[in-house]
Amino acid sequence: MAAALLRRLGQTLFVLFGISVLVFLVFFATPGADPTARIAGKNASPETMAKVRHEYGFDRPLPVQYATMMKKLFITRDLASYVDRGELVVPEIIEAAPVTLSLATGGAVIWVLASVTMGTLAAAFRGTWIDRGLMIAGLIGISIPVFWLGQVANLITQARYHDSWLFSWVPGLGYVPFTESPVGWFKVLIIPWIVLAVLFIGIYGRVLRADLVAVSGEDFMRTARAKGLSPARVLLRHGLRTSMITFVSLFGLDFAQLIGGGALLTEVVFGLQGVGRLTYQALSNLDLPLIMASVMYSAVFVVLANAVVDVIYVFLDPRVRDGR
Amino acid sequence: MNARPLLQAEHLHKEYKLPRGQTLRALDDVSLTVMQGETLGLVGESGCGKSTLGRCLLRLTDLSSGDIVFEGRNISALSERALRPIRRRMQMVFQDSYASLNPRRRIGDLIAEPLRVHPDNEGRKRSAADITARLDELMSLVGLPQSALARYPHEFSGGQRQRINIARALALSPQLVVADEPVSALDVSIQAQIVNLFTDLRERLGLTYVFIAHDLAVVRQISTRVAVMYLGAIVEIGDTDTVLHNPAHPYTAALISAVPEPVIRHDAQRSLLRGDVPSPVSPPSGCRFHTRCPQAQPRCSAETPELRDFGDARQAACHFPLGLSA
Amino acid sequence: MDAEAPILEVRDLSVSFRSQGRDVPIVEKVSFAVGAREILGIVGESGSGKSVTAMTIMGLIDAPGVRVTGSALFRGQELIGMPQKALRRLRGREIAMIFQDPMTAFTPVYTIGWQIDEQIRAHEKLGKAEARSRTVRLLGDMGVPDPERTANRYPHQLSGGLRQRAMIAMALSCNPALLIADEPTTALDVTVQAQILDLIRTLRADYGSSVLLITHDMGVVAKTCDRVMVLYSGRIAERGPCDAIFAHPGHPYTAALLDSIPPLTGPRPERLPSIAGAPPPPLERPAGCAFAPRCHFTHDTCQALPPLLRYGQQDIACVLPKEGRPMPPRVTEYAQ
Repeated sequence: MAAALLRRLGQTLFVLFGISVLVFLVFFATPGADPTARIAGKNASPETMAKVRHEYGFDRPLPVQYATMMKKLFITRDLASYVDRGELVVPEIIEAAPVTLSLATGGAVIWVLASVTMGTLAAAFRGTWIDRGLMIAGLIGISIPVFWLGQVANLITQARYHDSWLFSWVPGLGYVPFTESPVGWFKVLIIPWIVLAVLFIGIYGRVLRADLVAVSGEDFMRTARAKGLSPARVLLRHGLRTSMITFVSLFGLDFAQLIGGGALLTEVVFGLQGVGRLTYQALSNLDLPLIMASVMYSAVFVVLANAVVDVIYVFLDPRVRDGR
Repeated sequence: MNARPLLQAEHLHKEYKLPRGQTLRALDDVSLTVMQGETLGLVGESGCGKSTLGRCLLRLTDLSSGDIVFEGRNISALSERALRPIRRRMQMVFQDSYASLNPRRRIGDLIAEPLRVHPDNEGRKRSAADITARLDELMSLVGLPQSALARYPHEFSGGQRQRINIARALALSPQLVVADEPVSALDVSIQAQIVNLFTDLRERLGLTYVFIAHDLAVVRQISTRVAVMYLGAIVEIGDTDTVLHNPAHPYTAALISAVPEPVIRHDAQRSLLRGDVPSPVSPPSGCRFHTRCPQAQPRCSAETPELRDFGDARQAACHFPLGLSA
Repeated sequence: MDAEAPILEVRDLSVSFRSQGRDVPIVEKVSFAVGAREILGIVGESGSGKSVTAMTIMGLIDAPGVRVTGSALFRGQELIGMPQKALRRLRGREIAMIFQDPMTAFTPVYTIGWQIDEQIRAHEKLGKAEARSRTVRLLGDMGVPDPERTANRYPHQLSGGLRQRAMIAMALSCNPALLIADEPTTALDVTVQAQILDLIRTLRADYGSSVLLITHDMGVVAKTCDRVMVLYSGRIAERGPCDAIFAHPGHPYTAALLDSIPPLTGPRPERLPSIAGAPPPPLERPAGCAFAPRCHFTHDTCQALPPLLRYGQQDIACVLPKEGRPMPPRVTEYAQ
């Protein structure tokens, strides 16, 4: 167990190093990304350029620049943005992280519950109108663009029907920290959660149904029926339990990328200052420190989420436990 | 039969590395000789290494160590490139007749492929007319109509697909054919047809076979010699009738006794082996069979028996061979 | 012959699937009975309908478009058309089943013991501990070493032989009157197969179960069964006591099937007597005798479907005995 943990830690460090080097190199190889020109402003004199270049260390060799940046990011944590002078990037990330975390986690809870229900129901009533109806609903969910759905939701709850009894409770756009007011936090996030979850409910519901249908042809399902178990027990305890193995691996990837900033569109539509939005700003400004910080942040979460999935996997599938 | 060795395998070892630092010894010091024109049957239960041995003999799987001499030439270290001209002299037929045929290609294409890839005996590329003629010839060899060439694998039954596989293996007129469980997936009535086909082809084309099967009765029917394998090693090898009628190794005897024969015998008392085959990852010490052997003595768990000659064209690896004085 | 009433009596069972607008007959008018403590073998090649027959009796075939007619009386209760709910009470308790591949027949994510407990507790009001103690006892009875520990292991951690023993333990867990074994040893090595067949033979003495054994292997039938029914292309070719059929097969198909098995003793034939061609697919099944196209004795009367007629102890679906030209007794080299 300890060895496995150490191995996982080593892998994580290696992945982080690889990603950071890649981001760093890509940045310096991108045409028009010269940070000196950006910081010094338009039509800056060569003297100013030289001064800036020296001040920020851009005249030093790349490996040194890389090492300095890493030191500032991880050790002294005083890495500053190139664009907004003096703005430290680490606190920015730390401030944005809970927003994204809240958004993704809540959305995930909703989409897992809804898609498991939907997939299982569809599989149980395979071939009937319930099955077809649910699958069409899923397909619609997949096809609706998140930003459109979000805008429509805003239009209805914030503007058009805000004054009706149904939506008068909806607070304005923005984020309320959980620590400040749990109820406020919930109120402000519930609509973004649902909007975010819709796409995933569609995908996961359909995937789960397909998986359950495939599993129903397995020998062990026949055995379970031959044992005289009820159809519900056969489907849930034997079918769903086995299908969960695929479900979880899919979930791990999607959840990690959402936490890492993949919920950008939802964040923008609902005015949430999350990591996705931060990354987007950093990219459009070509602000290397912020890009680096947010990429590192999301990489940590992707690796972490994978580790969690692996643990759940071991829990779900005894074959994995024995290394087969 | 002129007793010229076609293939000699010496001290073959094949190890697979498993996670957690374990090693699976699929082949542990296997040596055997296949004579020109003979059929050597390889029998044993799952995990005994018979399929691995078959693949290693043809260099389809790389050896960990050991030498294979084919037609007087050591092929165990040859590169893929150097092997290519030799490959056409030795071919393989597999168990799963469906999986080894690409479902999207016509039978004619599938069989013609080796003919297109390999040059003819004079080293020239074969003409389309030559290939067509050869395809017709192969079809009649394996007992399929010419019309089969234009059809797809799924249009055939298991037995017919196995005929197609055999035709493909024979396309380049090989000397040696290694058949890995070629009839195990077939129904009994079809199985007999394919076994007969193997017999006929051997006589007509002078082929040499290594015939791998778990079914002793099938192996007995087709083989001139038999090698019995257990956990990666040969425990007994010799003339079919000698080995199967008068086994020296207790494992061979147990294997024969376990075969359910289609006759009613009310008096029959079979000697059943206890337990399952141990894992090849951690085989028992000494004689690997000692954990299940009804004759096991203390010496058997301590000392590994070597294959010994018993003077009757048979070798067995046992300290206390049956019906023979040790 | 049977003093007691049969446990299972199947009459004129037919099963067909609807495919592309046509009814594909899989099983046609199959009748047989399994007596108390009897082992009946159903033998046939792939596509003969032997597994479908078993699955139909278990009520496990419910794909859309399946049509089942005929009757299957289990201790006087009609199984065909029985509501699923009532059938479920029988399944696993009165009629249990074991399958070909014990690896895939257990749910991979639960321990063997959990799965056996589950079956016991589905049918009997027992606590967890009581169910487990029965599970452990059963595993021990089936020759599983260290049953307490084995019960806590997962299917993939056991060898094929142990898995099949566990499967049999599970099937016997509620003391069923009838055990249906569908190719129970096909996936096993021959030395393990011998052990499992031995175990199945002892069940009738120790548990009083009747067994319906489905197999493609005449050797397995000879070693295990009291009576046998030979199916060919969805129809009965022949049925009767094993002693009689193995000594004197009455249907040319049975005779040819036995002949095509290579002998293990005696002189080796130059070529094996084989049956030319292959069994017809259901839709191309002849109106007359299905074996006629491959039979050495085919003649005009084979154009009509031969009725199943009693001949000695055997029921044979062939016109030859009636025409006074029965098949000769079987010559085996085994008689030493």
